[in-house]
Amino acid sequence: MSTLNQTSRRDFMKIAAAAGGGLFLGFNWSDTTAAPVVVDAKQIAAGSVKFNSYLSIGSDNIITIVSPNPEIGQGIKTAFPMVVAEELDADWKLVKTVQGKLDNAAFERQVTGGSGAVPHSWERLRKAGATARYLLVNAAAAKWGVPAAEITTADSKLFHKASGKSAGYGEFAEAAGKLTAPTDIKLKDEKSFKLIGQSVRNVDNKNIATGKPLFGLDFYREGMLFAIIQRPKAFGFKLKSVDSAAAKAMPGIVDVVTFENSVAVVGKSTWQCKKAREVLKIEYEKAADLESSEDHNRIFSNLMDNGEATVRRKNGDVEAAFKGAAKVIKAEYQCPFLPHSPLEPMNFFAHVREDGVELVGPTQTPDRAREAAAKITGFPTEKITVEITRQGGGFGRRLSADFAIEAVHVSKLVKAPVKVIWTREDDMTGGTYRPAVRYRFEAALDKNGEMIGYKLRGVGINSGNPTREDNFPSGSVDNLLIDSVEHKSAITTGPWRAPITNFLAYAEQSFIDEVAEAAGKDPVQFRLALLEKAKKSPAGEVKYDVDRMIAVIKLAAEKSNWGKKKGVHQGFSVYFSHRSYVAQVGEVVVEKGKPTLKNIIAAVDCGIVINKSGSLQQVRGGVVDGVGHAMFGNMTFKAGTPDQSNFNGFRLIRMNEIPEVDVHFVDNGISPTGLGEPALPPAGGAVANAFYKATKQRLRNQPFINEEAFKGIS
Amino acid sequence: MALFKLSINNRAYSADVEGDTPLLWVLRDNLGLVGTKYGCGIAQCGACTVHLDGKAVRSCVLPVSAVGKAKVTTIEGLSEKGDHPVQKAWDEVDVAQCGYCQAGQIMTAAAFLKEKPKPTEEEIVGAMSGNLCRCGTYHRIREAVKVAASKTN
Repeated sequence: MSTLNQTSRRDFMKIAAAAGGGLFLGFNWSDTTAAPVVVDAKQIAAGSVKFNSYLSIGSDNIITIVSPNPEIGQGIKTAFPMVVAEELDADWKLVKTVQGKLDNAAFERQVTGGSGAVPHSWERLRKAGATARYLLVNAAAAKWGVPAAEITTADSKLFHKASGKSAGYGEFAEAAGKLTAPTDIKLKDEKSFKLIGQSVRNVDNKNIATGKPLFGLDFYREGMLFAIIQRPKAFGFKLKSVDSAAAKAMPGIVDVVTFENSVAVVGKSTWQCKKAREVLKIEYEKAADLESSEDHNRIFSNLMDNGEATVRRKNGDVEAAFKGAAKVIKAEYQCPFLPHSPLEPMNFFAHVREDGVELVGPTQTPDRAREAAAKITGFPTEKITVEITRQGGGFGRRLSADFAIEAVHVSKLVKAPVKVIWTREDDMTGGTYRPAVRYRFEAALDKNGEMIGYKLRGVGINSGNPTREDNFPSGSVDNLLIDSVEHKSAITTGPWRAPITNFLAYAEQSFIDEVAEAAGKDPVQFRLALLEKAKKSPAGEVKYDVDRMIAVIKLAAEKSNWGKKKGVHQGFSVYFSHRSYVAQVGEVVVEKGKPTLKNIIAAVDCGIVINKSGSLQQVRGGVVDGVGHAMFGNMTFKAGTPDQSNFNGFRLIRMNEIPEVDVHFVDNGISPTGLGEPALPPAGGAVANAFYKATKQRLRNQPFINEEAFKGIS
Repeated sequence: MALFKLSINNRAYSADVEGDTPLLWVLRDNLGLVGTKYGCGIAQCGACTVHLDGKAVRSCVLPVSAVGKAKVTTIEGLSEKGDHPVQKAWDEVDVAQCGYCQAGQIMTAAAFLKEKPKPTEEEIVGAMSGNLCRCGTYHRIREAVKVAASKTN
């Protein structure tokens, strides 16, 4: 089980003590069985009780809540305490949040990835708030001599109507702290939520706007050395020899050390290390194929036709359906590798001491760092602490632990506390990219324009399974075959925000648009008809909620006034991913012969919206990310070396290039299903389909900016 | 190595560094002013934006030797209590997601509004398009600049 580390407990106790200790409740947001328990301050301080979250209510009415997950910009540090505060009927102005730096021994859900943080913890956070409220009510009932059931709560206050008695939570915090928490607690009716669904500002706004040291890169320690690392310049190289004499003679350089295929320049400042790295003389030798982008195109073509495919899903008789088809539509879509480009480059602090290891930095997977450190140093995992800082974006990159592992190696070798810093160039050329993929879609239509057959083959480079075989349109087509081929490459890949679906959704939704057109049907009606079919006579198992998907399609169509706007070219897209449903309409207007993306209208079903402000921005940001990378994102290779190494070569979307994004949430009372990713996948399809309407040219490859339709348009 | 005397946020600092060290790294590594962020090192992202005599500059490409007697303002010194109209607007509009780029965004916006207190939307977009935000908070940055402009007049 994961527990809160000492620093977090100390931070928590500091605020709780200032608030005049009263009620302390320990709870586990990542444990399905355990109920919240009343504890005392000494136990928390000593670490003799093991919880991964605490809440306290002080005599001055201040409520302190530890928010667990690493904050990478998904708003969890604000949303989690909101859920607790809702059930507690707390006055939000009196709630303080402490970022929990987790120190877990066995991996559970402290990963910020897969949009899973909120849905995972929803009920447990509610129980914690409800339990604290129950204790306060019972403490007041005892003192006032009235039945607990007659006491109501609101805005951190207790009321007994009949007697006219009332009190702030702080007044009964101490008495509540002497009661025993119930093991089974009743939760609120979701219709009575007051705080949840409101717009609450990010709890760290002030710290961010005043430049407080929040991020991993901002962590400095007295006596700490800096390290800049030279990794192999091409994927496929391994280290042959190093001449570090010149680098060692540079000012401020303490040492140059080598581990695995890396050479670390260690010194007294970032700049000195960076300059010294430039004079390293390193020879590499080839350990694997040094691939170029042209090789990848050849590999895609070859494997698409001749590769040995793994079948992912099969329904009915696809061959027969295509043989008997009145019309067959076929198209290929391709995407490039993409770096994650979080604005805070990778960095990590490690101090390998004689008695253990201290790790501090921005990671989404502290356990991977800990386990790797244990392997490198030989210390048991309980001698290794990991402190998670705020993270300047993740997008999947910080799910890998490579940078933390490097810090451990270097600290061990130089026997000093060390901060490893990646330059932007290191970050962009350092791998773990979104894999490059090519898809081939084929659809068979009967004479009525019904889709009777569907085939998808995905070929990916280090992609694992590049399909999501149970996603739409699976279930809605009687004869279906989805398979995939993978090419293993020296170019490293990893999860990238909305893994696989970040590209697949666009390709599929653009292809569905092609099929609808070939069938002579409206793209929205065509999708709805397929979903009706999946509902009434499903082909095999249907693993998405058809009704929720239909609902977002209808909402997006309604809000965009689909098909009825003059002079506006609309494109439709819908996708179920990471447990949420999002439909989007892209709107392109042609001005002076130039097609421009003006708007995206998004209809989102992520269940209950916890923080309206945060959720709205998650959707807008996800759409901007999806549009930006679809339009501009491109990473190419020559002999294993990336051609792009910084933001001058790799284009990120800027303010002057964004569409307006109009967001509508479905209000259905279903438990929340996360929002860090689901708004991104449909964006590319909405854009491509809208541009098609405007230009009659399909955008089948990303980045769109390199497509024929955009020639001459910047 | 040479000793550079710097005026930062109305305080005197000195740093013993090589003259080609970018101001960014002097602020961060030598002076403990880490609010100014490193994003690209080649003046492409704007995360490192500070004011030099009131004008927005990219500290990642400004050698410390070129600062001279100019007054440097970093995010830590933009206001005493974090209540500069731009900082307040950033909270009011709830701009930040991860927050990493926002110090640079705020410094760019503050310098821009000083020059152009009543900007049009087009001028705002023009002024802010040099700063990258990987989370895509551009709609809110644009809105916050408008809010700050409306409050300062």
